[in-house]
Amino acid sequence: MNCRECTDFLIDYLNGDLPAAQQRVFEGHLQLCPPCLAYLESYRTTCNLAEKVREEPHEPLPEAMVAAILAARAVKPGKTD
Amino acid sequence: MADAESTNGAASETALVARLRAGDETAYAELVRTQGGRMLAVARRLLRNEDDAADAVQEAFVSAFRAIASFEGGARLSTWLHRIVVNAALMKLRTRSRRPEVSIEELLPKFFEDGHHVDEPAEWRSPAQLDALERQETRQLVREQIDQLPADYRTVLMLRDIEGLDTKETAELLGVTPNAAKIRLHRARLALRTLLDPHMRSRGVA
Repeated sequence: MNCRECTDFLIDYLNGDLPAAQQRVFEGHLQLCPPCLAYLESYRTTCNLAEKVREEPHEPLPEAMVAAILAARAVKPGKTD
Repeated sequence: MADAESTNGAASETALVARLRAGDETAYAELVRTQGGRMLAVARRLLRNEDDAADAVQEAFVSAFRAIASFEGGARLSTWLHRIVVNAALMKLRTRSRRPEVSIEELLPKFFEDGHHVDEPAEWRSPAQLDALERQETRQLVREQIDQLPADYRTVLMLRDIEGLDTKETAELLGVTPNAAKIRLHRARLALRTLLDPHMRSRGVA
């Protein structure tokens, strides 16, 4: 396995989806290749950092929007009753 | 304790759904007030535009009001609404004209013919070092880099890594196979890693 192939397999490796034999080859490459190990760690950190964006605090919906949404409910397209 | 809270939450949710189905106006107002803020945050993340986000939330609620009869108790109400607002935001994204964007190829790692890295990957700061950074500041930086991704890649990364949808759901929303969604996500992460790299090297903040 070379570095390009190792990079291709990162997502399956981190998902635990690599077949056992392929995982052994992958981990064997990592042991011999510090750049790929650093790359794996930075890829993992990238995923963790993206997840943290979800933690952005949110505020209550402005009352004007609440009113607009409830008013939109009163208009029922396609209903004539 | 947590179980009791969750049981109480489930019970009050069941009661709220029953009131919604009965056409109780106060139940609709309660739903919009309790869930709307979270839904607006989702729409803002995906659309990056206040007007479009507000429209998407309104459209999502109108869809939800119409579909409340088909809501099944197996899912949480908040999860159901999350999917609806994600869908509304994606529909809006599809109608937008595309801005000029960088090619994904430029953001993917480069390799020599023998498969070795062209640019040797540097070590990044450790998770502990990153935790010590101001969270808001880090989130802002990551957000800015996600915004640099080509639209198709930005969307798949948002759906999977930020909104927490699984590969199957993401693939369905994007109209691609699960394998295509996985490959696109992988390339999006590789590209985001490239964009974050100058800021994350262990030597210090760029």
